[in-house]
Amino acid sequence: MSNHSANEKAVLAAENVTKQVISPEGSLTILSDISFSVDRGDSVAVVGASGAGKSTLLALLAGLDLPTQGRVWLNGINLTDLDEDGRADVRAASVGFVFQSFHLVPSLNALENVMLPLELAGGEAPRQAASEILTQVGLADRWSHYPAQLSGGEKQRVAIARAFATEPAVLFADEPTGNLDSHTGDHVMDLMFELNKNSSTTLILVTHDSALAERCDRIIGLDAGRLVSDNKVAA
Amino acid sequence: MKALIYALRSFGREIRSGEVIVLLAAVALAVAALTAVGFLTDRIGRAVARQANEVLAADLRLRSPDPLPNEWRDVASGYGLQTAETQTFPSVVFAGESSALATIKAVGDNYPLRGSVRIADQLFGEQRAVDHIPAQGVVWADGALLARLGLSVGDYVAVGESELKIDAVLTYRPDQSIGFASLAPSLLVNLLDVPATALINEGSRVRYALLVAGEESDVNEYYAAVEDDLPESVRVRNQEDSGDRANNAADRAQRFLSLTAVITVLLSAVAIAMSARRFAHRRMDTVALMKSLGASQRFVISAASVQLVILGMLGVVIGSAVGFVVENGLTAMLADLFANDLPDPNLTPVGLACGSALILLVGFALPSLIQLRNTPPLRVLRHDAMPPPPSRMFVAGTALIAVALLLYYTIGDALMLVIVLGGMLLVSAALYGAGRLLVSAMGRSRGGVGIAWRYGLANVSRRGRDSAVQVVAFGLGLTVLLLLTFVRTDLLETWKQTLDEDAPNHFLINIQPHERSSIAEIIQSDAIAAPRFVPLVRARMTTINDESVKTRKYPEEDGKWMANREQNLTWAESLSASNELIDGEWWHPDYEGEPLVSMEEDAAEELGVGLGDRLKFLVAGQEIALTISSIRKVNWDSFQPNFFMVLSPGALDEFPTTFVASLKIEEQQSNVLLRLVRAHPSVSVINLETILEQVRAIIDKASLAVQAVFAFTIAAGIAVLFAAVQSTIDERRFESAMLRALGVRRRTVLSGVLTEFAALGFAAGILACAGASILAAVIADRLFDLEYSFSPLLWLIGLVGGVVLVCGSGFVAARGAINAPPVDVLRAA
Repeated sequence: MSNHSANEKAVLAAENVTKQVISPEGSLTILSDISFSVDRGDSVAVVGASGAGKSTLLALLAGLDLPTQGRVWLNGINLTDLDEDGRADVRAASVGFVFQSFHLVPSLNALENVMLPLELAGGEAPRQAASEILTQVGLADRWSHYPAQLSGGEKQRVAIARAFATEPAVLFADEPTGNLDSHTGDHVMDLMFELNKNSSTTLILVTHDSALAERCDRIIGLDAGRLVSDNKVAA
Repeated sequence: MKALIYALRSFGREIRSGEVIVLLAAVALAVAALTAVGFLTDRIGRAVARQANEVLAADLRLRSPDPLPNEWRDVASGYGLQTAETQTFPSVVFAGESSALATIKAVGDNYPLRGSVRIADQLFGEQRAVDHIPAQGVVWADGALLARLGLSVGDYVAVGESELKIDAVLTYRPDQSIGFASLAPSLLVNLLDVPATALINEGSRVRYALLVAGEESDVNEYYAAVEDDLPESVRVRNQEDSGDRANNAADRAQRFLSLTAVITVLLSAVAIAMSARRFAHRRMDTVALMKSLGASQRFVISAASVQLVILGMLGVVIGSAVGFVVENGLTAMLADLFANDLPDPNLTPVGLACGSALILLVGFALPSLIQLRNTPPLRVLRHDAMPPPPSRMFVAGTALIAVALLLYYTIGDALMLVIVLGGMLLVSAALYGAGRLLVSAMGRSRGGVGIAWRYGLANVSRRGRDSAVQVVAFGLGLTVLLLLTFVRTDLLETWKQTLDEDAPNHFLINIQPHERSSIAEIIQSDAIAAPRFVPLVRARMTTINDESVKTRKYPEEDGKWMANREQNLTWAESLSASNELIDGEWWHPDYEGEPLVSMEEDAAEELGVGLGDRLKFLVAGQEIALTISSIRKVNWDSFQPNFFMVLSPGALDEFPTTFVASLKIEEQQSNVLLRLVRAHPSVSVINLETILEQVRAIIDKASLAVQAVFAFTIAAGIAVLFAAVQSTIDERRFESAMLRALGVRRRTVLSGVLTEFAALGFAAGILACAGASILAAVIADRLFDLEYSFSPLLWLIGLVGGVVLVCGSGFVAARGAINAPPVDVLRAA
């Protein structure tokens, strides 16, 4: 396994990443020649119109999918060299997710959902660790509730607890407020940024919401699969 | 370990989902059907075997013209077997001036080891079974012998140098011959009385026999131990040789039960495959999520396998429990058929049940599990990301291997497997093709109908391939239900004919030509219909196509026996009602040409002869040459006098002929028999009542068993229907919520769904009726030797049943989805 990366400080890097898919109309390019790197502890918003390729980029950066061309480095490991189980190991060790539609396991209660990544990563005392982080997100008294018994905001807080439970190197958030009202959304994002600040986690946030993007350190703009802007946000 | 913990943790809530319940029910039904049917076929098999053994009055009989050494008896006792000895010889017995030839059957203690002797206190009086032999100094005499000697119970008969008292009329002994070749009437004597008669000397034609009975394995071991030491003069017979056609009914019942089990298992397998597919489908999102959180493929497949194994075990427990209850119910029901013949308790059924569940799950759920394993983690972001479908060869391969393995192991009937599996495959393919055609036709016809109809029909045609698959599932379920109904109806109908109260219960044999009118007169005087006298000529076959029957090679071992035994020939102008011509032509009633013969199909097969072959017979020293002109199928269950060989009119005119007749005589009419044997002492009367009773008992019980096991199949069929509906439930839930959110009334949505199911049910019903009719015709002919008759009523039942069953199970399964509050559904989507 190679340990090279474009930038020694970078926790995440994309190198000439292109993604094409075969559709009935022929080959379709979704991402074209994307290169950038993200430093440890940074928060980066990925913005762009619907269909710009934001979610595809997120999938490639997290190793959920492979690029057609180019390479992706995560925590110093070239994901494009690994098979599916190899990438799963990397995710178990270094990645957390928060999704727009929460994606909790319906047959597990809140505590068990948070324990899941801890157990997959082979962490010690997963129950206690999960319990602590549930307390941090304010759901100590709802630990035994199943997803169907929780509100949207509560579900997303469980998802955030789950994402931070393993103290991942990188947290990917895909439209985390997309299914929440603005008040709840703000509340959830406050929580996420607070946890991000307290840990050294790098945050990659895909969003439409420019106000939300402004809260990050840096904004990457995509349009029709191309990287069109990459700006630091003034503090 | 992690996978195990996860699987156990989430199992509790997942078990409540529809597909898990269907999966569980399917496994349980398959297990229950297999255990109950395995048990029943075993029991019925034993009951039949035991009945066959009655013909020997034992499980094994050693017979010799020389006295049998005591050592053989002692060895048998050493194996824990029961033994009894008999000596049989002909002798003329006397009563004053009268004398008659009798078969002296001298029996020792324990005789008979199988079946029981029946006696009556007077000629044609009420008979009763006894469990002892005649005491020393007394005899039990055949009614015909009493009639010939003019004796009654209480009189004395001279047997050699002894005077023995007639204590009872012998009405039945298990090892008596029921053919037309009956020996002289029997006299049952205590073995200890034989020396005093001084009848056994050098040169006496005595047949000494040792009867042996006990556990099958012990009998086999005993036989293996003595086999090599037996001189050539010893003839050995066991149950395999003694089975005869009288047990057709039980044999068919066993086949039907096996067929029912085959079909129940196939249906359960279809339900397992469908619900496993949904089981996998519903878990795809979770699996994608787990993978995104870092779960490996192994973790994913282990967790799903653990859950399936738990389901399998639950299915085994429930299935075995149901099987056990049914077993016990049937045992109680069939108690007198099985008597005390309980099998040794062992773990085979449990092992078999576990094995079956495992094989079914692996064969039918594995492809779905493998697909689940390959779920791309990308699915957490893009819901349309699907794992590649498993290869069709792989799916079909595992399924076929699993079913073939399971069924061959449990049923062991290769022909049935080939017919049923092949038939089902063909029917499935036809259903799929026809289903797609119907679906597209429905799509085009939705223009001029109301909204509910339009919505329903639009659904059918939009889901094109899925709808066709549902037609296959519904159709297959209906096909086998109809198929079993067809066959079951045919089977029960045929049995009913056998059970016909008018079936003859007495044979009269050895009637001389001049006695016919007098016998008819005696019988008719008691308002009993005059019997048909069937001519009978005894003959020995000498050549087949000019080749000696002694040196000829036969396709089957039985052929040699058939060719070399004494034959009963008859002639007839027309084909009797219990016969059916299957090849060649029957002669004209006025036929006067070269002698022809019509052969029974099994006899022809055993002898290896067909149309046009030439047979020669020796009759009373003269030769007769015959050409085979037709082959017949004979219904041996009819209890009418039937023959392997029937000759053309005139062929037997020059030969000494006797006649046989069959009669139905009620118990209160038995006086007519008394008058008949007194007037015609040389005529022998054979009472078939005891044998008929046994056949009726088997048939009665077997019918009950058939109905009981049929219930499993219906349940499995309904499981398939449920699984088919379940497969589209998520989509329905969403659509219904959408339509209702748009202002469509719940009632309209429901009518739309019912329209869709009615259309699918109608399509499946038509196709199932056609498929079942064809399969039933093949099965009736090939497996059951039955006449297949087309039934329009069953078509009607098939169509109405299809619509009602599919609509009913569709309504029950989809009701929850339709009634779910739209807001919940749309929010969760």
